Amino acid sequence: MDRNQEQRDKRELVLSLRGISKNFGAVSALTDIDLDVHAGEVVALVGDNGAGKSTLVKTLAGVHQPTSGTITFRGHPVTLTDPSAALGLGIATVFQDLALCENLDVVANIFLGRELSPYRLDEVSMELKAWTLLNELSARIPSVREPVASLSGGQRQTVAIARSLLLEPKLILLDEPTAALGVAQTAEVLDLIERVRDRGLGVIMISHNMEDVRAVADRIVVLRLGRNNGVFDPDASNEELVSAITGADNNSVSRRAHRRQAQSGQAPAPEGRQ
Amino acid sequence: MTKSADQNAQTTPMLDRRDERVKHAEGIGGSIRAFFDRVRSGDLGSLPVVVGLAIIWTVFQSLNPVFLAPNNLVNLLFDCSTVGVIALGVVCILIVGEIDLSVGSVSGFASALLGVMWVNQGWPVSIAILAALVFGALIGALYAVLFNRFGMPSFVATLAGLLSILGLQLYLLGSTGSINLPYGSPLVEFGQLLVMPDPLSYALAALPGIVMFILGYRTAARRRKAGLSSQPMSTLLLRSVVITVVLEFIAYYLNLDRGIPWMFGLFVGLVVAMNYALTRTKWGRQMLAVGGNREAARRAGINVRFIYTTAFMLCSGLAAAGGVLSAARLASASQQAGTGDVNLNAIAAAVIGGTSLFGGRGSAYSALLGIIVIQSIASGLTLLDLSSSLRYMITGAVLAIAVIVDSLARRSRASHGRA
Repeated sequence: MDRNQEQRDKRELVLSLRGISKNFGAVSALTDIDLDVHAGEVVALVGDNGAGKSTLVKTLAGVHQPTSGTITFRGHPVTLTDPSAALGLGIATVFQDLALCENLDVVANIFLGRELSPYRLDEVSMELKAWTLLNELSARIPSVREPVASLSGGQRQTVAIARSLLLEPKLILLDEPTAALGVAQTAEVLDLIERVRDRGLGVIMISHNMEDVRAVADRIVVLRLGRNNGVFDPDASNEELVSAITGADNNSVSRRAHRRQAQSGQAPAPEGRQ
Repeated sequence: MTKSADQNAQTTPMLDRRDERVKHAEGIGGSIRAFFDRVRSGDLGSLPVVVGLAIIWTVFQSLNPVFLAPNNLVNLLFDCSTVGVIALGVVCILIVGEIDLSVGSVSGFASALLGVMWVNQGWPVSIAILAALVFGALIGALYAVLFNRFGMPSFVATLAGLLSILGLQLYLLGSTGSINLPYGSPLVEFGQLLVMPDPLSYALAALPGIVMFILGYRTAARRRKAGLSSQPMSTLLLRSVVITVVLEFIAYYLNLDRGIPWMFGLFVGLVVAMNYALTRTKWGRQMLAVGGNREAARRAGINVRFIYTTAFMLCSGLAAAGGVLSAARLASASQQAGTGDVNLNAIAAAVIGGTSLFGGRGSAYSALLGIIVIQSIASGLTLLDLSSSLRYMITGAVLAIAVIVDSLARRSRASHGRA
């Protein structure tokens, strides 16, 4: 624990949020959020529906602008006015809705906005690089020349992740990266997240799947109703996490566990999912 | 794993052919089978318009044998070029999923501006043409501001433009009503008489096949070197030869009469340039991206407003160019220029040619194919001595059929998992 802390302190602080708030009219989606991400660290962002995870990611991606608070990226205060500003700094985002153009093929989607040789598109180099990225992900894409409309959900996720790696970012935001994936592809993506971390990038990952979170995260940051609600190590107990997420010891998850315990007269099975 | 792609190329399947689940078409037979598969799944491309054109030509030819005579076809090409240039602009705006209903008014105003500046004010004709084009582009820039800054739907903004620019045209021509452009001037000669010399037309007709073969050969070589699958030489050669034979025959047939109009050459040149810009440049890729999924394009860091601005400006600018050409074709700038069916013919041509009204799909060639269909109907009905009332009805019906085909094909594509 102490050693981890030391290691973290030695690493570069990639991103630091202080007092970030975001209001949509009368609704406070985020209130006074603090968050630090170091180079070579995977931070998992967990919380119930409506906790503000996606809003926070969209703020970092430049889609929403915070109402107040400061964002420090690699030691400099920054304002992320639009998505291209975030991309330019080195913050890449894989959105939950993936944001792919269905009418374009896989290569065009991976290189969207960053095409090689603007006045005479270099399709051969782009296709080659696309295959390189996809093979690193062990992706099973039938053809990179098919429009994205013909791909399955998992294949689209892979394309979106491959796209985020193209610019060699310093920080990658993954919004529910494994939600649509099969068992093998989930493992591949988790492997990939570790590979990305080992290359010294910071990773923020939103997930509802506690198994995935524990498998790769170095720290678990819990949001609740738009506020920070604790930071945990990946070996924190399930009860701790669940009560931080739901905000009470007596919640629907623990009630369910107790009920089952009472029925079977045994200790509750450890639950992988919240 | 991928560093050794070059060495792998000999021993293992090519980089893009490793997935054994996917069938790949091989050779000429394979290409033809792949074409039928594409059509069956609803990816029709320009097939409907080619079939439609064949039907229209057969019907009119059987009703009046003059229809397919070289003389009539040369006239047809002269007429195609004016509205065709406008339709090319409409393709741009439809690709980003917006519409410009004022292209007719803009073209009429451009011709009026040309007449007033050149004939009445005595400016050099080149300056007058340039002014008309710049003014057209400025109208597009204004639409873009209304659309980007005030969130005004392009449908409404350009409908307002349709009326106000028509008013501007009438105001400009006010006292005289119409201005005759001098016969014998280079511009009018260009619009009515100038055709390519026969040898030049044959040379130009050979060019696409040659360019296609050379570029295809070079791409195939690069792809092979990079360990990617490439188009077989036989297919490439066959396509180049077929295209060359078809184009040479067209040139020969038109040369039986006057020949290929220079104005049509200009139109085709613009179409080819636009096709290059849309398919081979970053700007074109971003146009299609914005039309396909605006939010995804924005998140990819594309300057969506800039893309819309270029689309609006190109559309209005090309509409103004079409207005100048039609003034040259008619040798006059009148109050009727750009009114009536010019507007809808241009939009119909783009849609009939295969550019989707819903954005994200389309090609520059749809303007060329579509305007030939529209102009064939107009020419055929004129030869049959039918009134314009019937012409409007039939053109309208053809447009409706084109949109129905587009919608059905879209549904079929969706169920077959194609964009």
